[in-house]
Amino acid sequence: MRTGPSAVLGRSEAADAPPRGAASASKRGGPKTAWAAHTALLPMGATVLIAYVASILWTLRISLSNSKMLPRNDWAGVAQYVNLFESDRWLTALANIGLFGLVFIAGAVVLGFLLAVFIDQKVRLEGVFRTIYLYSFSISFVACGVIWQWMFNPTLGIQRSLRSWGWESARFDWIATQDMAIYCVVIAVLWHSAGLVMAILLAGLRGIDDELWKAARIEGVPRWRYYLNIVLPQLGPSLGTAVVLLAVSVVKLFDAVVAMTNGGPGDATDVPTKFIIDNLFERQNIGLASAASVTMLVTVVIIVAPMVYARSRANAAAGRA
Amino acid sequence: MTIAASPGNTLSPRPRRAFFTPARLGVYFFLVSAALFFLLPLYVMGITSIKPMTEIREGNIFALPLAITFEPWAQAWSSACTGLECNGISVGFWNSVRILIPSLVLSVLLGSINGYALAYWRVKWAGWFFGVLMLGAFIPYPVMLYPLVRMFASVNMFQSIPNIVLIHTFFGMPIMTLLFRNYYSSLPIELFKAARIDGGSFWRIYFQLMLPMSLPIFVVALILQTTGIWNDFLLGLIFAGRENYPMTVQLNNIINSTQGEKLYNVNMAATLLASMVPLVVYFVSGRWFVRGIAAGAVKG
Repeated sequence: MRTGPSAVLGRSEAADAPPRGAASASKRGGPKTAWAAHTALLPMGATVLIAYVASILWTLRISLSNSKMLPRNDWAGVAQYVNLFESDRWLTALANIGLFGLVFIAGAVVLGFLLAVFIDQKVRLEGVFRTIYLYSFSISFVACGVIWQWMFNPTLGIQRSLRSWGWESARFDWIATQDMAIYCVVIAVLWHSAGLVMAILLAGLRGIDDELWKAARIEGVPRWRYYLNIVLPQLGPSLGTAVVLLAVSVVKLFDAVVAMTNGGPGDATDVPTKFIIDNLFERQNIGLASAASVTMLVTVVIIVAPMVYARSRANAAAGRA
Repeated sequence: MTIAASPGNTLSPRPRRAFFTPARLGVYFFLVSAALFFLLPLYVMGITSIKPMTEIREGNIFALPLAITFEPWAQAWSSACTGLECNGISVGFWNSVRILIPSLVLSVLLGSINGYALAYWRVKWAGWFFGVLMLGAFIPYPVMLYPLVRMFASVNMFQSIPNIVLIHTFFGMPIMTLLFRNYYSSLPIELFKAARIDGGSFWRIYFQLMLPMSLPIFVVALILQTTGIWNDFLLGLIFAGRENYPMTVQLNNIINSTQGEKLYNVNMAATLLASMVPLVVYFVSGRWFVRGIAAGAVKG
């Protein structure tokens, strides 16, 4: 997973601030120096215009045409979108990612919160625990999928071990069953990303004043209620960041599934990105794939927009204060 | 508050003395169990990679090997098969290196120049472009893939090293630019003003003042990009081309190659080999890695 959006979320307010050196630069800077700054930003301008804006517009355009193998210039209205939402495979992929997203985000937030809270109890070897919980985040989703595919192997994996330890009738073949395979992917990705939530929430916890706990203790508040009723609400912004990051990574889910189950068994772990890649490069149906991409983009906007809005409101309020 | 503050010392938990209370034991029990969950796959992978296949077929994935063999590692590195070719994952390793180095140089350098220009210079439209770039960080790659394929194909660059390097530069630009912009914005403005009064030009200030001062953030940027680019699968699969497939793509091909018996020990050795670079980066850089994640994720 790229950490791209994580940093962006936090500092999105920086986008609107004017350059701090701007005033002095524009007063004293001759035409030559201003020209240098413009030249220096040309690669960024080109990237934004070509790689981002033009690409997205082009995809939008293709999604409104009858394009199959090659882009066509005709107009088909929303026909591709109608096809898309009549496609069983797409609907299955959506249902899969929805289920995956709910279970995974809930699991990652609960696990990440517990890890952060327990680590925050002034424990010994804190650094060791933190290092262990986060190392899996550094390896690739492909490797993560491969490792867990082996752990879940229905003949030689955990099931065999359970049986060899005396539980003769143990059954743990989730990865090969229609209903449970998606949960195997959930466990694998949880293992990969729960540490990220822990790191984000731990930083949030460290920002909470210790005096609060002392005061709560005098009032006779038990520790678990302190964390649930006092700390959790204060972690709001960190939790929000974590949930949005997780949600964005859910939408992008691809590598882990390809390595672990390749969408199977049947279509039990098919996901939207896999649908799009298959239709783009194997089924030569770029119109349909583009419609699916645009749908994905809209989903991300719906996830991220409230967060960005809330942040800009908060920053505006902070700016006035 | 005065009441809370003065007896605070006696009331607040003193972990070093209270180690053996049931609550403390519960805390450690949870932390150790969680650590086992995170470490177990690494342990299984490690021991599977040094077991002979006979032991894997008969035994238990958690059992220590009876006879240790490093043959699977040698095989994974130099003779494991991806489809018809059997040259091991070393091919992918060197491809990943060839992709990584130029991508790192280009994306980090551009990020720092962008960040510097945005933080100190007034450039027309720069705010707008920067805003769009930040939004771009959230956009799923599939939305941009096909047009980019066509664009690179139209200049005969599709599926080459320069292609994948430029793709990593494009998609790494939001985070890199933001990282450096925020860093330069946090430096005292007087430094820049003094340099301007001394007649420093755009590039002179960048190379002689800003570059030497921003080494810490360069380290963070390098760590972020190294793990990000090394772990990429989707972009390498589409833009690198068959002869330049990065290690992740090669790993997936080895694992899912359907010829003959599945050699789980070789697969695990290959997975460990493919994870070596990010793991080393993580364990060596520790604090810096976390700082990279935290660079913006945690604020307020």
